[in-house]
Amino acid sequence: MTKKQKKVRNRILVVLALFIILLVCDKTGLFDNVPELVRFVLYLIPYIIIGYDVIRKAAINISHGQVFDENFLMMIATFGAFGIREYSEALAVMLFYQVGELFQSYAVGKSRQSITEMMSIAPEFANIVSEDGKVNEADPEEVSIGDVLLIRAGEKIPVDAEVVEGESFIDTAALTGESVPRRVAVGDQVISGCVNGEGVLKVRATKVYEDSTVAKILELVENASNKKSRMENFITRFAKYYTPVVTIGAVLLAVLPPLFGQMAFSDSIRRACVFLIVSCPCALVISVPLGFFGGIGAASKIGVLVKGSNYLEAVSKASTVVFDKTGTLTKGEFKVTSVAPYENAVSADELLKIAAFGEAVSNHPIARSIVTAYQEKVGEAALKDMLADASSKELAGHGIVSNYEGKELLLGNAKLMTDEGISFDLAKEVGTAVYVALDKKFIGSIVISDVIKSEAKDAISLMKKVGVKNTVMLTGDRKETALDVASKIGIDTVESELLPADKVAKVEKLLTSEDNDNKLVFVGDGINDAPVLMRADVGIAMGSLGSDAAIEAADIVIMDDDIRKISQIIKIARKTITIVKENIVFALAVKLLILVLGALGIASMWLAVFGDVGVAVLAILNSMRALRLER
Amino acid sequence: MKKTYKCEVDCANCAAKMEEAVKKISGVENARVNFMTQKFTLEAAEDVFDKVLDEAVKACKKVEPDCEIELA
Repeated sequence: MTKKQKKVRNRILVVLALFIILLVCDKTGLFDNVPELVRFVLYLIPYIIIGYDVIRKAAINISHGQVFDENFLMMIATFGAFGIREYSEALAVMLFYQVGELFQSYAVGKSRQSITEMMSIAPEFANIVSEDGKVNEADPEEVSIGDVLLIRAGEKIPVDAEVVEGESFIDTAALTGESVPRRVAVGDQVISGCVNGEGVLKVRATKVYEDSTVAKILELVENASNKKSRMENFITRFAKYYTPVVTIGAVLLAVLPPLFGQMAFSDSIRRACVFLIVSCPCALVISVPLGFFGGIGAASKIGVLVKGSNYLEAVSKASTVVFDKTGTLTKGEFKVTSVAPYENAVSADELLKIAAFGEAVSNHPIARSIVTAYQEKVGEAALKDMLADASSKELAGHGIVSNYEGKELLLGNAKLMTDEGISFDLAKEVGTAVYVALDKKFIGSIVISDVIKSEAKDAISLMKKVGVKNTVMLTGDRKETALDVASKIGIDTVESELLPADKVAKVEKLLTSEDNDNKLVFVGDGINDAPVLMRADVGIAMGSLGSDAAIEAADIVIMDDDIRKISQIIKIARKTITIVKENIVFALAVKLLILVLGALGIASMWLAVFGDVGVAVLAILNSMRALRLER
Repeated sequence: MKKTYKCEVDCANCAAKMEEAVKKISGVENARVNFMTQKFTLEAAEDVFDKVLDEAVKACKKVEPDCEIELA
């Protein structure tokens, strides 16, 4: 509790004791012979103790022309109760109003704390190693690029940096939600906000604090609640009308029935006071942003940054998810996916060896991937031995000609084989094929293709499970390759052979078929697809740990590469929206009920205060559910 | 120019009202009183920023006498 809250709590306790004593005296008939004025004063004293600040605020606000202020309304309601000689009622209303306010501010404070604590990735200090080897503790903001920093076990990495000494496992959980620690050694990049696991590391700062990942993320999350959702805007607007309308209703209720002789003034004023008590819209106004705040917090727990409540709202209605293929559904790296010798001319290993031998001198990505595949099988040393006597020549646009154990070796595409008059079998696998011929005889083919992410299939089926109707894949790749990938992971629609500009056009076309309840989500790796990320209803960027451009262009950022998190974020968003809706409906229903009961004279002022405060507290507690994750 | 200050405010509705009041001040490009993070963000042209900020704090005080904006 803060100092302010403690003070209010003490006042409440004192007044509660006084109130009980007074109530007992009243009920046991002790006050029967006491003059009215004395009774009034006896109740007035605790009333002033508990309510002086409300009255003070009301007075100040009135002098500023703020009529529909909750303090003022409370004051009028309790004065009204005093006016009709319901002293205990007046005191109780003020007392419970304060209890409610205290509880509300306590609960909000608590929830705010738990959310910010969870996001406590900010490093507190940095150990700068000076040239003479001394270690000075400094603020992360004081670190300049090139400084050498010492990071002991359990300490947070203060700025983005490169390891210059030592080896360790670092925990990236706070940033990515990934619980398996990452091994780092000399030359590796480390990201601020991660925690050093065991060894001592020396790192050289590559970025200043403001440009480091952690500062960027914190700024994002803090600003997230600045982008208001439609619901939040609606409630703020609603609150502006709600209070005046209810207040005017109260005045009419107090004045009209007695004028027409339907009711005594004391009765009508009592009913009007009930109106005034429920006229404060706070329960409504608070429950919406608090719910969203919880949802954004829950998302950041699994390593997903949501840049605003509005995006959380939009992603909850995701019906079409559009993917960029390379780097999102596939790893974006080329690998040998098939080695097919021709009619037992050679073994598969032999074929790979021959191809690697020929390709070793080339820097072409295809060549590199063949060499890498061979290297993985036999180790680096064996490869170097073999390379010593390689004498390959590149034939631009065709392939490579070389010499293997005295025989002419040809490696290349179908065109090369045709040109040389070699008969060959077309590769069955989808991808880029390299045909191999020794002494003009075809001995087999090797297919290289982009590797599909192992979690891609799961991710798509999980998305279908949470109600995504249409999944679309956009790619600049050839049609066969695209269709092959799509059929392997279960994508509905494929658009292939697209230029970057075509992607925007395709997304725009898809957008026209969407409406308010069906949103389009685009998922990309943040490289080259910034325009599409921005054009979609919600742009999700992948694997952007350390990539500023992606963080800037996207609305939601998945910190590690795991696309399965898209379905999780949709679930979190839906849950958040449900909670917020529950809050709005529940708060409105309770207020309406009290208004009706109050107008009919059934609800007392006590009940009104309890109802009003209770619904606010319930809304706060309900909002906290948004923070909890379901596994 | 955009700057953010710490801001103590007790109720969500008050925060909304403060925001409303600040937005009405001439020279304010955008303003946000964030109840959840207890932060006040003001956007205004650089040459008039101090003057606008001064007015904004006054406006907040007027709407919600209990609020506290730390200008440090």
